Amino acid sequence: MKNFIKGLWKDHPVFRQLLGMCPALAVTTSSMNGISMGLAVIFVLFFSSLVVSLIKKIVPHQVRIAVYTVIIATFVTIVDLFLKAQFPEISRSLGPYIPLIIVNCIILGRCEAFASKNTVRSSLRDALGMGVGFTWGLFILGSIREIFGAGSILGIRIMPVNYNPLIIMILPAGAFLVLGLLVAVMNKIEE
Amino acid sequence: MKEVVRITSVLTLVCLICALLLSVVYGLANKKIEINKEKRVEDALTILAPEAINVEEITLEGETIYELFDQEKNLIGYGFIASGQGYQGKIKMLVVADPTLEHLSGIEIVESLETPGLGAKIQKAPFKDQFKNLSVTKSITCIKNDLPKAGQIKAITGATVSSRAVVNTLNKRIKKIRELLKRN
Repeated sequence: MKNFIKGLWKDHPVFRQLLGMCPALAVTTSSMNGISMGLAVIFVLFFSSLVVSLIKKIVPHQVRIAVYTVIIATFVTIVDLFLKAQFPEISRSLGPYIPLIIVNCIILGRCEAFASKNTVRSSLRDALGMGVGFTWGLFILGSIREIFGAGSILGIRIMPVNYNPLIIMILPAGAFLVLGLLVAVMNKIEE
Repeated sequence: MKEVVRITSVLTLVCLICALLLSVVYGLANKKIEINKEKRVEDALTILAPEAINVEEITLEGETIYELFDQEKNLIGYGFIASGQGYQGKIKMLVVADPTLEHLSGIEIVESLETPGLGAKIQKAPFKDQFKNLSVTKSITCIKNDLPKAGQIKAITGATVSSRAVVNTLNKRIKKIRELLKRN
């Protein structure tokens, strides 16, 4: 249980470890994009951790990173093909960021730091915890940016009609502002 | 020596298994992906030319053009695909124009890899609606700040490159299709 919980708050991948910054900043222009990216990462993280943890004894130390990368790339490509076939809308809105999960450091980080040293069971818990933590992080980031930048949440308008959206919130600068504030809030709570 | 063999064989084995798995998934998904792409073009045609009852696909000098006919079998317009380099990858769009190729009925982006939330807005209403009933007798231009006049398209804030890419691709393609139809 401890392995699952730590990814949700104490070792939160986005707000505490500051990992996976590229997707966290780039795709969170809306809450829906945040959730979709989070789910894709959960899938890849879960299966990569499973496989890495299963084969940890037979992988030679010198080529472990190469092996992990091949495994991660395989699962990412599966997600990419699956989304293109079943959910073309989501695939279109996330564009090139799905293939880029391959270089998401959370996944390689968890494979190297956790799954390759622990049992299958705890690796899966760790992967799920980190994945869920990543997803809620992206959802919050995306929601805040969507509310202020577009006046809506999950595509539903919530701000009054005469609300003038703060375009900067959807631009890259807005991602940094919101991320910085959220990290500060989390640090404050931890104190 | 033994170590080298072990390292190489494990890495090769992992790559082989992954490649095998991927080819299976690709085989399963590919058909669906191709259908989705075709469906996207069909849907776009319905959006842009809802009154077109009959669509005929013709090929002129290797280029596919859709001839759109209404109920009385009158030619009401042409549809064609235009694609060009965007900010991050190819932008592919369906264009529908009147039979004289003077006005556009509109455009629909069918495929693009533009930045989500920025360039990807070329697919959304405020931008693409500017192309409805747009006069294309002269080349259209893309502007950044002022209010757009006739034959001008206002670029998306923060996505000038993507907006310009759409306009330039469109200009080139319309010219090409016009020449093509004139020759045949």
